[in-house]
Amino acid sequence: MALKDAVREERFKVGTDELIVLSGGSGKPLLVLHEELGYPGWMKWNEALSESRRMVTPMYPGFGKTPRAEWIMNVRDLGCMIARFLREQHLAPIDVIGFSFGGWLAAEMAANDPAIFSRIVLVAPAGIRPPDGEIMDMFTLPALIYLRESVRDSSRVPEYSALYDGGLSPAQYEAFEDARAETARLAWQPYMFNPSLPHLLEGTVKAPTLIVWGKEDRIVPASAAGVYNRAIAGSKLVAFDGCGHRPEVEKSEQFIKEVGNFLA
Amino acid sequence: MHIMWFTERQYHYDPETEPDKSRQLESAILRNRSFFGLPNQNFDPVQGSMLLNQYLDEKIYSEELGFDGLMLNEHHGTPFCLGSVMDVEAAVLAKATKKARIVLLGNPVPTVANALRLAEELAMIDLISGGRLVPGWVRGAGSEQLANNANPAYNREYFEEGVDFIIKAWTTPGPFRYEGKHFHFRFVNPWVVPMQKPHPPIWIPGLVSPDTVVWCAKKRFPYVALATRLEPTVELWNLYTEAAAREGYQAGPENFGYLQPVFVSDNQARAEELGKRFLYGGAFAHFARPEWMFPPGYNSKEATRRMARLPAAANLPGKPIHEGGGNETEEELEEIRRGVYARYEESKRDLQMIAGTPDYVIPRLRKVLEVLRPGVFSFWLDGPVGYKDRLRCLEMLGKHVIPAVREIGKELGLVDPFQRKPGSVPLAAGRRPEPVAQPEGLASMPG
Repeated sequence: MALKDAVREERFKVGTDELIVLSGGSGKPLLVLHEELGYPGWMKWNEALSESRRMVTPMYPGFGKTPRAEWIMNVRDLGCMIARFLREQHLAPIDVIGFSFGGWLAAEMAANDPAIFSRIVLVAPAGIRPPDGEIMDMFTLPALIYLRESVRDSSRVPEYSALYDGGLSPAQYEAFEDARAETARLAWQPYMFNPSLPHLLEGTVKAPTLIVWGKEDRIVPASAAGVYNRAIAGSKLVAFDGCGHRPEVEKSEQFIKEVGNFLA
Repeated sequence: MHIMWFTERQYHYDPETEPDKSRQLESAILRNRSFFGLPNQNFDPVQGSMLLNQYLDEKIYSEELGFDGLMLNEHHGTPFCLGSVMDVEAAVLAKATKKARIVLLGNPVPTVANALRLAEELAMIDLISGGRLVPGWVRGAGSEQLANNANPAYNREYFEEGVDFIIKAWTTPGPFRYEGKHFHFRFVNPWVVPMQKPHPPIWIPGLVSPDTVVWCAKKRFPYVALATRLEPTVELWNLYTEAAAREGYQAGPENFGYLQPVFVSDNQARAEELGKRFLYGGAFAHFARPEWMFPPGYNSKEATRRMARLPAAANLPGKPIHEGGGNETEEELEEIRRGVYARYEESKRDLQMIAGTPDYVIPRLRKVLEVLRPGVFSFWLDGPVGYKDRLRCLEMLGKHVIPAVREIGKELGLVDPFQRKPGSVPLAAGRRPEPVAQPEGLASMPG
């Protein structure tokens, strides 16, 4: 049986709010922070890493599954809620992997509480203003166009059609709209970055950190990778050739190898 | 009845004197699949200056012709409407006219970062006009949120809080401090407050959003439907009337307004030729692309759920942006253009556009008035029509159509919000309200 079939949904109380968490695989917990369009589904990289890791994936409030928590109005608020969940479930310190918006979230959480993570993987994280280029504005595009722009060439990515179960059902349309609306509440302006973040990270984050990027990322220009790399002393930067914003599906094998070795 | 005159103040060229420019601009809009977002290199300030002055002159003249209200609106970043800051136009009209109401439908409150300044602007217009302002509020189309960088996910919250704050700023003795969820003002003490007390009458325009209709009924604000189709408008009138009953009052014509596209000329063929131009560029169907009309969080969850189940709208598929649209050949463009203007026959049949001589127009307006029974009625003229023809239309409305509409209004008992205060007719708890709309008339449309 594929580990995918063993993924279960758990409900937690965090203060007065609810948090739905997906849990799959076995072994040492790994916190997975999903992207701005929501939780894209269980991919090959999840299957590979979950052989030795239990993936803990919180469904952010307001992104469709977990009800919205009105007090959460920025990325730091969301990070503090997830940090509280980790503390109360005795999961911290924990390894984390964050994708795009989720990478930004991981960086904010690390800046806020450097002891909360033992290892950090940031995959094409938003959060820092690229010195060259602009972060693509998801709010002026339909979700499916933004999704297509996230890979260098969707016709060459075998797993592309598995993302968001193909993305075409009415239920997925609603889920995309929930995710986009909540992302707008959290990241409307400045768009997808916090001008303070490089300063907050500098000299703060001591956990071993791996930064993964695609050199042809059209969503978050790869120029931001250098800023992350400098702000987090000792971090390792891996940039894939011929790859867009989703190295986890565009360069699945290399990704699994790099991340697997780093987290081993 | 309160009778008004409205135009979007489109940026256009007269197709009869500048056919090439008119056609080029329309082609650019069709290729863009949207008025909103058309690059502003297409804007010529000299043309814009001429048009803005013509539109103001028309408004001033329409007061002479017997219109009770001069209705304005506002849109941003689009040739659809030159009034990107309608309070500027309203200020001119406040000084240049004497008795007509200046009806602003409406100020897009969520897109205005400083609601206190908006309260002050409107108070000044009320004072300069000697108490003739009717302010109205809108959430603003989705594209307005993008053009003003207003977070669409908080659109309704901004709207409701902003409106409450403006009324508070007008009516609560200052100075006071205001700490809301989205608005914060350390020192609220506007020196200039409106002349009309407790505050100017507020009307709300809309495109039949149920949430807004119910909100209006609760606030006792008249609701002005913007050229919406008659059947859903009747349903929304009923929704308002039911919500009003829950608030303890009987709604009447004073709670409703309707905007109607009309074009009048000396002969039927010419009127229809000019009226058809209302569809220029695709008209409202091309106001903005879907992804700009419905930015994230702009719609309620219920509206999103409905939209998700519309067969053509799921996920709003479009061309990848790197391939771009706008590469249509002239033949393809001509096909699109034919499709746009083919809609005229349907809009004529459904009374969405009434174009003709006064003898043709008046019985059709009677039908609309019989069905919807609005106390406020506005004529709407738009599309690229030369100034001379526009003025002729206005004159004929003033001379032949308005007197007839007033008679019909009297006969049908269509009281307006100045004749009877909206929400002032009590309804005993548990009593069923009388419907305002009379949908039986829909069965015998004059077509």
